[in-house]
Amino acid sequence: MDFFFQLLVNGLSLGFLYALSALGFVMIFKSSSVLNLAHGELLAIGAFLFLVLAAWLKLPLILAFFLTLVGVFFLGFVVERLFLRPLIGENLIEVIMMTLGIGIMFRGLLLFIFGGDIHDYPDFLPEGLSIEWGVIKIPSVYVATFIIGILFLIIFGLFFKYSSQGIYMRSVADNQPAALSLGVHVRRVFALSWAIAFIVAAMSGIVLGILNGINVHELSAIGLKVFPVVILGGLDSIGGAILGGVIIGLIETFTGGYISTSLREVVPYIVLVIILMVKPYGLFGLVEIERV
Amino acid sequence: MRKLRFHPCGNFKESYLQELTIFETDFGRLWMLVGLVLLFCVIPFVCSPYLIYVLNTIGIYSIAAIGLNLLIGYTGQISLGHGAFFGVGAYSAAILANKAGFPFILALPAASLITAGVGLVFGLPSSRLKHLYLLIATLAGQFILEYVFVHWESMTGGAMGIVVFNVGLFGFDLGTDRRFYFVVFALFTFMTWVAVNLIRTRYGRAFIAIRDNDRAAEGMGIPVFGYKLLSFAISSFYAGLAGALFAYYMMSITPEPFNLWLSIEFIAMIIIGGLGSIPGSVFGAVFIVTLNEVLSHLTEYLMNVGVSAGAAITIAPLREFVFGLVIILFIIFEPKGIAEVWRIVRSSFRLWPFSY
Repeated sequence: MDFFFQLLVNGLSLGFLYALSALGFVMIFKSSSVLNLAHGELLAIGAFLFLVLAAWLKLPLILAFFLTLVGVFFLGFVVERLFLRPLIGENLIEVIMMTLGIGIMFRGLLLFIFGGDIHDYPDFLPEGLSIEWGVIKIPSVYVATFIIGILFLIIFGLFFKYSSQGIYMRSVADNQPAALSLGVHVRRVFALSWAIAFIVAAMSGIVLGILNGINVHELSAIGLKVFPVVILGGLDSIGGAILGGVIIGLIETFTGGYISTSLREVVPYIVLVIILMVKPYGLFGLVEIERV
Repeated sequence: MRKLRFHPCGNFKESYLQELTIFETDFGRLWMLVGLVLLFCVIPFVCSPYLIYVLNTIGIYSIAAIGLNLLIGYTGQISLGHGAFFGVGAYSAAILANKAGFPFILALPAASLITAGVGLVFGLPSSRLKHLYLLIATLAGQFILEYVFVHWESMTGGAMGIVVFNVGLFGFDLGTDRRFYFVVFALFTFMTWVAVNLIRTRYGRAFIAIRDNDRAAEGMGIPVFGYKLLSFAISSFYAGLAGALFAYYMMSITPEPFNLWLSIEFIAMIIIGGLGSIPGSVFGAVFIVTLNEVLSHLTEYLMNVGVSAGAAITIAPLREFVFGLVIILFIIFEPKGIAEVWRIVRSSFRLWPFSY
């Protein structure tokens, strides 16, 4: 039973991480209908920027954290301006391939600079965060993950619900021509959504880095793990991303714990294929109705 | 005798058949013959073994790229699992040859058919899914197949892989690069011919209709699902054939090469070459294979030069960076790929001295 609870806790934490990384993905999809194949690399960029600022330049952690967020925010603008702006109105396939290209390029760049080894952040989480409750032990990193995750979800919920930019984003996602005709600056919304997606990605990258150390290969692999999560939840639903993340995290941990460790890597994708066959638009995804 | 046609100045087409013709001028036909003669009678006898090896790789990748272009460029179904299908072809050929004792000539088509079947299975989600979702489904296919390669040890030999022997055609040993060259390029020519003609038939036109607007295609009475599956099967058939050739050529296969990166390389090939263009797929394969070779020589050179020797540059990051950059630059500046450049060059020669 202890084992079960430990797996449950691990699965939930892993699921929260997936949900966190899926959020940025959903953000881009929601406001520009772009499937971002570079998401894992965005995570890695944020994580490495934080590494440089916090561990190499030895800035105070809070400062390093905010500098990272500001940095990736502007990087998001730059990437959107340089690479995605020319493609507005182009075929979907070209946009997807573009994100693929961006991802590969960034990964190459990161590998150049940091190599393929695992880097570690300095220990900075207070031990007091860890929870011991009977037999269940939750290390402080996981607690931090929970806190950051929940904080983020609340911020984004409020942002989309009440801020004017958030409302613009929803309107663009809902119906782009209508939003344009009502005077929404669609290009600005796109740029902003990429910038915010970069921020969310950086956050999850940092959290992942605290957890297992940061490594270019692992972080970009997380970008691919996000697909089962968002498909399960529905590509354009934030709530779906969270629920999907938790479900996939649990499935993965329990498979790893009870069946076999090697199956663990592939089980999300098997689940993915099954979902696609049974419920293609996921739990909360918007179903496109077609009539011929 | 029919009148020879050279440079048509203007559009004098009078029937749909003329519209569908492959060679607009007899000049083009002549150049194709020259090309074939060069390919089979000159190149293999003047090139160095290393160049032959590069050419063989190009030929094998071209076959797979043509298959992927039929799927992505003509039918509009994005697939991120082509590298795994290539692997399925390689593994089935190796297993059929080693365990069932199939001769080379039977193992190739059998492996291709098996791959076509696997491709069909992973194309099934296309009944209900479109672009984005389908892309993700094929991505899942890639990972599941990779897992199978590594973990079905009794068949695939796990991470150790399989060794393939006895490449022979009717008792004639094909073990050397130069002999294998003829096999690769005979198949390459045949498969290109098939692909070029396939897209002129009703099947090909149905593919293009589905790519352009699948709802309209359905409204016109095209059974969209059937044709999508067919497209998946044909594309995987090409991948399987290329994979089987690869297995025989490399003599030993491990799960290593058939990863997501290979799928991305294939996609890069057809984007750089030109989506929806058969010559484009070949151009793309030439470009990517050449780029790979140049980069590996470059890194080798950099590692031996005094200044950068300490930096220990490895090929992987450089290759990834250049690949990503090349994909991005092509999409922004020449979305139709090298095939479009080729067309412009050709037509400016043809129309000279006028610019239109």
